[in-house]
Amino acid sequence: MSDPLFEFLCRMGDNTLVLGHRVSEWCGVAPVLEEDIALANTALDLIGQTTLWLNLAGEVEGKGRDADALAFRRDVWDFHNVLLVEQPNGDFGQTIMRQFLFDAWHRGYLTALTGSSHTQVAAIAEKSLKEVTYHLERTTDTVIGLGDGTEESHKRMQSALDRLYPYIGEMFFKDAVDEAMISEGIAPDPTSLRAAFDSLLDEVLAKATLTRPDGTFAHKGGKSGQRHSEHLGHILAQMQWLQRAYPDATW
Amino acid sequence: MVTDKPDEKTIWQWLDAVPDPEIPVISLIDLGIIRDVQWRDDTLEVTVTPTYSGCPATRIINLDIETALRSHGVEKIALKTQLSPAWTTDWLTERGRKRLEEYGIAPPQPAGGPSHCPLCKSDRVERISQFGSTPCKAQWRCQECLEPFDYFKCI
Repeated sequence: MSDPLFEFLCRMGDNTLVLGHRVSEWCGVAPVLEEDIALANTALDLIGQTTLWLNLAGEVEGKGRDADALAFRRDVWDFHNVLLVEQPNGDFGQTIMRQFLFDAWHRGYLTALTGSSHTQVAAIAEKSLKEVTYHLERTTDTVIGLGDGTEESHKRMQSALDRLYPYIGEMFFKDAVDEAMISEGIAPDPTSLRAAFDSLLDEVLAKATLTRPDGTFAHKGGKSGQRHSEHLGHILAQMQWLQRAYPDATW
Repeated sequence: MVTDKPDEKTIWQWLDAVPDPEIPVISLIDLGIIRDVQWRDDTLEVTVTPTYSGCPATRIINLDIETALRSHGVEKIALKTQLSPAWTTDWLTERGRKRLEEYGIAPPQPAGGPSHCPLCKSDRVERISQFGSTPCKAQWRCQECLEPFDYFKCI
């Protein structure tokens, strides 16, 4: 296993990078202008957070790689984001549901990270938390508005939830990297955050008149990098091609 | 070329003349992002905190700070980024808040929304979107004069 701290920082940065890229795909094509702007702003925050996490990862690694090198010059198997964030945008409802599920996990995790024994980790978490709290506020409202909306919007939100539900478990799954982070007081035990996530989920779904699917099955393999979905390769092909074709290009 | 190092109070005044690149009616000092200014030997160290982690203006701001200080003859400048404590709109100056309102941007309120329309002053306002034209703003509308306006998000 590589340095667990480097690995942990890459996971944080890869989550925000892949989701930020996904969300940015809406830029210019969202259903209404206000939502287009909101999604672009959310993506911008996530990419900003990515820069902070991956720059620190590069610093910790000590091989001269910065955020750009880590974002643009690693291949699929070196990305350690959870599978949820690489899932396709689908319709607007699916994008919002994916964002809500991620925001709810992200806020809980970042809140715990503000107490990290690692000063820089705590500082990035403190900065990100403000932005993420705002994201969660918006996605909560939107999930409720669309779930408890028209017959059509309700149907779409329910199918988005059914589709994405099996991707929740991986965010709370614990492995050797987490164990190392927990023992050094750098990051929290992800399993300890599940109860608060579940009660928030139940509360929001009830208001949104949506039904929580049965089952505890969880797709895994993104966080460990062992088995990504087919979608990540396509994201990277689009995101990385310029730096691959013209290394070190700037404008 | 400066022969004597200008004191920190003078530096703060110089930085107060640097406008925010996206909202030019307020200065970088009004925005509350300059956290510290101090000399380390012959290098002037300026500590800046970003408003939002992905705000594209951050790079322009750093460039503007350097340009301004160089124009006053400071040769060695070190810009330090500080994330914690995280920037809060509580650090906007009173003057900054006043200038925002005069410019048509409702200043941040702890209640989470503008207290009134910056144009006609009516308190009948509604939110259009939680986000706006820059990361720091949201879109609102006045139900009295019907004008849309920007609200500076409270974080």
